[in-house]
Amino acid sequence: MYPEYMMKSIEMVEKTRPQRLELAKKHGKQVFPPMNEKEREIVLNRFHPDYKKESRSEVRVGVNKGEQLTTEVADLLESYSRVDPAIFDLNKADYDTDVLVIGAGSAGMAAAITAGINGSDVLLVTKLRIGDSNSMMAQGGIQAADQKDDSPVLHYLDVMGGGHFDNKPDLAKALVNDGPVAIKWLEELGVMFDKNQDGSMMVKPGGGTCRSRMHSTRDYTGAGICRVLRDEVYNMPDKIKYLEFTSIIELILDDKGQAVGVIAYHLETRQYSIIKARSIIIATGGFGRLHIRGFETTNHYGATADGLVIAYRAGANLMFMDSVQYHPTGAVYPEQILGFLCTEKIRTMGAQPVNIDGDLFVYPLEPRDVEASAFIRECTERKKGIKTPTGKVGIWLDSPLVDQINGEGAIQKYLPAMLRQFKRFDIDIVKYPMLVFPTLHYQNGGIEIDEKGESGIPGLYVAGEAAGGIHGRNRLMGNSQLDLIVFGKRSGYWASERAKIGVKVGKPTMKHVYDYEKEVSALDIPRKKIAPIILPDYIPDHVKVKQKTTEYFGTLI
Amino acid sequence: MSEKQKMVKVFIMGEAYDVPEGSTIVMAMEYAGYQLKRGVGCREGFCGACATVYREKGDYKLQGGLACQTVVTDGMTLAQIPFVPAEKPIYDIKNLKPDIDTIKALFPTVFRCVACNTCTKACPQEIQVMDYVQALKRGDIARAANLSFDCIRCGLCALRCPSEIVQYNAATLAQRLYGRYLAKKSPELADRIVEIEEGKYDKELEELEKMPREELSKKYYAREIKLK
Ligand SMILES: Cc1cc2nc3c(=O)[nH]c(=O)nc-3n(C[C@H](O)[C@H](O)[C@H](O)COP(=O)(O)OP(=O)(O)OC[C@H]3O[C@@H](n4cnc5c(N)ncnc54)[C@H](O)[C@@H]3O)c2cc1C
Ligand code: SF4
Ligand code: SF4
Ligand code: FES
Repeated sequence: MYPEYMMKSIEMVEKTRPQRLELAKKHGKQVFPPMNEKEREIVLNRFHPDYKKESRSEVRVGVNKGEQLTTEVADLLESYSRVDPAIFDLNKADYDTDVLVIGAGSAGMAAAITAGINGSDVLLVTKLRIGDSNSMMAQGGIQAADQKDDSPVLHYLDVMGGGHFDNKPDLAKALVNDGPVAIKWLEELGVMFDKNQDGSMMVKPGGGTCRSRMHSTRDYTGAGICRVLRDEVYNMPDKIKYLEFTSIIELILDDKGQAVGVIAYHLETRQYSIIKARSIIIATGGFGRLHIRGFETTNHYGATADGLVIAYRAGANLMFMDSVQYHPTGAVYPEQILGFLCTEKIRTMGAQPVNIDGDLFVYPLEPRDVEASAFIRECTERKKGIKTPTGKVGIWLDSPLVDQINGEGAIQKYLPAMLRQFKRFDIDIVKYPMLVFPTLHYQNGGIEIDEKGESGIPGLYVAGEAAGGIHGRNRLMGNSQLDLIVFGKRSGYWASERAKIGVKVGKPTMKHVYDYEKEVSALDIPRKKIAPIILPDYIPDHVKVKQKTTEYFGTLI
Repeated sequence: MSEKQKMVKVFIMGEAYDVPEGSTIVMAMEYAGYQLKRGVGCREGFCGACATVYREKGDYKLQGGLACQTVVTDGMTLAQIPFVPAEKPIYDIKNLKPDIDTIKALFPTVFRCVACNTCTKACPQEIQVMDYVQALKRGDIARAANLSFDCIRCGLCALRCPSEIVQYNAATLAQRLYGRYLAKKSPELADRIVEIEEGKYDKELEELEKMPREELSKKYYAREIKLK
């Protein structure tokens, strides 16, 4: 339950609720005027964490050398390999496959299934268990322009506008044009989309969308999709083999610069192995566990940007790695769920963000960066946030409106995960609002790809959150889940085609790593600084000092 | 956690540790010095990687929970169960019928259910597990799919089942059968796919693709917002 002093503010929220409900009944979603271009620019410049000077630093090594990247990313890239690659005999492969997929979230699994169906032998390697990923956690929805009043053209405008027009247009086009087919593909695999009586899709709007095109499977949309893909992977044992608790820590190139294999590290037995492949797909997801700017995160335990590190070392170009998505509504109270996601779907179903006095202060469905910045403004400059007993601050997300607008039981029916999450800690979101503040959520940029999902390195494909260009500098809700399927399938298909053609492979080499390390050591960076870090380290310092013979480089080794 | 934290004693696989009050089991284990590899995934209650059994002080009951969602109590004894050996039949979803014969063929064990309700009591998602197993026995795929929808496959039900049923694998099949065969199909979706295949939007999309930024921006801010 909320402490007494917070209940005082909740009383204010309850007082203004009837008027705000009236507004919603009268104006639908438009309960507050959306910002124009100028207003957006101002609030972003002044309050978005990305726009602070110290948020970006010059990266001093590799392809993007000289560019300003997110500070923690630049820092991660200026690092050495986990092992000296010289100790491996690159010609002796422990595994040999047509298509290697790295990472078993939805992007990786969509790729593996597609490549398998296309006739390739696939090896799917993943850090934790299959499906332990950001994909499994998505709640809100997946976009696709399949409604009568909608079209791929309108979807395209939303994608580009949300991304501040920095997106690669061909990728945005592929995303929207493949959208409806992706939904059909999922439904045929057995995904249970929320539907109306007549079979039409039950769609909701999302932040920055001009039409309602958010498809969902309750508020377990990621799981609704990811668990079906996982079951399908299990059902294709002849085509898809998999390794769990195995992290890829380096790419192997040949002397012509093609990606021809990887070095893998088994987390439990600590064995390293060499995997040879005709095509390689990186689907390792995002970077939430880097805790950029000290933010809490919504991301799963293994979201440490590994794919980015190894591709960068091998010479792949990064795009938009100067921008970070903070989700406006991360939980601030209770402490045990700090930073956890409160899905945007709560707002799409009518919940409004209000301040300590119960006043509505922003259009609830601005694009995420704008919405998050407005929350930060409310809590800092305007001092209208609510403080928690441990000194965190947030604003109210007035969830009880959801039932009042959509009918009693709507939360129970369409937001069961949210309801459960808070109930576990004694808060009933049907009756009381949720305290929220922006949380580190999504990697907007990533490794540059083309329409086939291929990076600049021949034979190296990228899909999902690890890829860059599709969403420019800001992704809209529901477009990530869509890109996992669209580019998962595209990369899977083209990687498989490449494997079939049979490209001539040269001599395997790790020269790219040696060269890269030379650049790093020229900066006097200590040898101990290694990446990928694989898992974040949450052991408190007073315990760590006693673990005398254990070395932590992210994961203990 | 704030500085002046109160501490509680927990017994991780029998070993005593003092950890901050209010910690979840995952936080408590990390505080004690474990770097977890198994037994944790999403950390937010969505992946089912963190099944844990525990006993609270002075209580005879062996309880199950998600380590990332369960707050430790003083005197709690716990052990994680990060993996459940379970059978999973291989099938091709395209060649199945959504009926009782499919259940009989692929999950004959569900017919051994003795309706003891142990699984329902064990489920950290508060799912009516027994009810969905019973629905499967009757061939009511739709009901089974809907009742089991929030299952995150933590495995706790299967571990406690006296009839060795792997409830969650059967649930996954029911959900897939429902999604593919029983859910009514959306006519708009089919129509839109035809339109796209016929290239209805190609020209307009190509124009937008080539449009200079300023012009595109104007178009974007001028677009009509029509939300349902
Ligand atoms: C809580 C939450 C809610 C979200 N809600 C939505 C939503 O409603 N709609 C939407 O569109 N998007 C949403 N997103 C975003 C979206 O879900 C993710 O961007 C997307 O799932 C990423 O998918 P992926 O397959 O690229 O990566 P992931 O699903 O994260 O999978 C990456 C996999 O790669 C593995 N891996 C990482 N490194 C290595 C390595 N070195 N070797 C081997 N394996 C490795 C990881 O363990 C993981 O299994 C949400 C994200 C979160 C975290
Ligand atoms: S039904 Fe079984 S596997 Fe699914 S969440 Fe409940 S206890 Fe876990
Ligand atoms: S525990 Fe097993 S036997 Fe008992 S009700 Fe559940 S499925 Fe049936
Ligand atoms: S870690 Fe995923 S459910 Fe607990």
